Amino acid sequence: MIQDIDIADLKRITELIHSKYGYDFRNYAMSSFKRRMLRILEVKNLSIESLLKKLSESPVFINEFLDELTVNVTEMFRDPGFWRVIRDEIIPGILLNHKTFNIWHAGCSSGEEVISMAILLREMGIHNDVSLYATDLDTTILEKAKMASYPAKNMELNEKNYIRFEGKWTLKDYCKEENGKVTFDKGLLANVTFRKHDLVIGDVFNKFDLILCRNVMIYFNQTLQNEVLKKFHASLFKYGYLAIGSKESLIWCDVANRFLVVSNEEKVYKKIKD
Amino acid sequence: MSQFNLNSSYKAVVIGGSAGSFQGITKILSQLPKTFPLPIIMCLHRLKHVRNGFVEALSIKSVFPVVEPNDKEQIKKGGIYLAPSNYHMSVELGNYFAMSTEEMINNSRPAIDITLGTAAFVYREKLIGILLSGANRDGGMGMKHIKDKGGLTIVQEPSECMIDTMPKAAINLTKIDHVLKVDDIVSLINELDKYYR
Repeated sequence: MIQDIDIADLKRITELIHSKYGYDFRNYAMSSFKRRMLRILEVKNLSIESLLKKLSESPVFINEFLDELTVNVTEMFRDPGFWRVIRDEIIPGILLNHKTFNIWHAGCSSGEEVISMAILLREMGIHNDVSLYATDLDTTILEKAKMASYPAKNMELNEKNYIRFEGKWTLKDYCKEENGKVTFDKGLLANVTFRKHDLVIGDVFNKFDLILCRNVMIYFNQTLQNEVLKKFHASLFKYGYLAIGSKESLIWCDVANRFLVVSNEEKVYKKIKD
Repeated sequence: MSQFNLNSSYKAVVIGGSAGSFQGITKILSQLPKTFPLPIIMCLHRLKHVRNGFVEALSIKSVFPVVEPNDKEQIKKGGIYLAPSNYHMSVELGNYFAMSTEEMINNSRPAIDITLGTAAFVYREKLIGILLSGANRDGGMGMKHIKDKGGLTIVQEPSECMIDTMPKAAINLTKIDHVLKVDDIVSLINELDKYYR
């Protein structure tokens, strides 16, 4: 097992991927990126040289590589207090002005957050009035998200979160268990558009009333975070909301003064200036 | 005067702990010298889904307030930092923190190995690592990284630990510089402070 990778080698990998495939990991946060690389080398049993060779010679490998590289650890109703704020403050705020609206889950991973939102909207009785867009750069994980099927062993934690969210029923009412897997009611995903989108190189593709991008930008350095936050600002309607992870912040970024803090504890911001 | 052979080249102190470490950590924080110049970076195992309460409980005992930093927050001299619940906390080149939600390591998030290992990479021989009582092996590898980079390593005397698995894991992985009771760790920190006057 390789214990460490030089910064120079990490650079060789990111430069190759950028020139050959267009993905730009050059501004990813160093230490987590390095851990992902070490993990890929271990899981695929490769040396740095053989990884570079594989990346340059085998274009099909890149999807496998991206799937391993991106962190896909997530849970339903992560931070239940956040979801209560969305239900009790944010969505009622949007509904004051619009009967129908758009939500973007940027970096949706395996879709747990999308399902959580769909359940929340259904319990508010407005599921049919909302269009959800769920994007990720990892196509493998997007296919998984579309299946809405998860290991049954994850459900204990999800169910605990849901209880603390103070949902109306139980998560069991929304899914069926079979062979160690739970599959959620496909109707929940009826208004969801899944599409491949890379926050780093992707364009602004729509306008939204609410954007959720929680614990995605932590994998970027501040330069890149700043660029992505500009894209979110441009993708929001005026008075739309941006939700980020509980340990993320936008007070330091270029567009900070165009947002108002709505919930400091749950990190929800409102766009107040174009 | 010194029994520890210290100097003023250190840039940071990292502390790891798990089951049975709360008492030790509060003792250290409550007896910090008023002028202590180094950042103290703590990674303690904690309930994953309880975000509030822990940092407040530590702050009450501490000479200086303890904060759970945000992602990409600069590490300041004299700051006391605690890894937030359900995130791994890394130290990055450029002297700031980065959070991540990667897979658990040693069944833990935050994992002590990550905080200690990344701090060792950034501060190299200018780091002091302290590992306290704990019921799993997390932190052992991190202490080895600190030692391998030339930093100073200290573990709590196993006989004083409520559960000694964690310090023993470190002792088995590397040659620890000092095996000390918490009171002696407090003395070491106070002696260290004098080198910065």
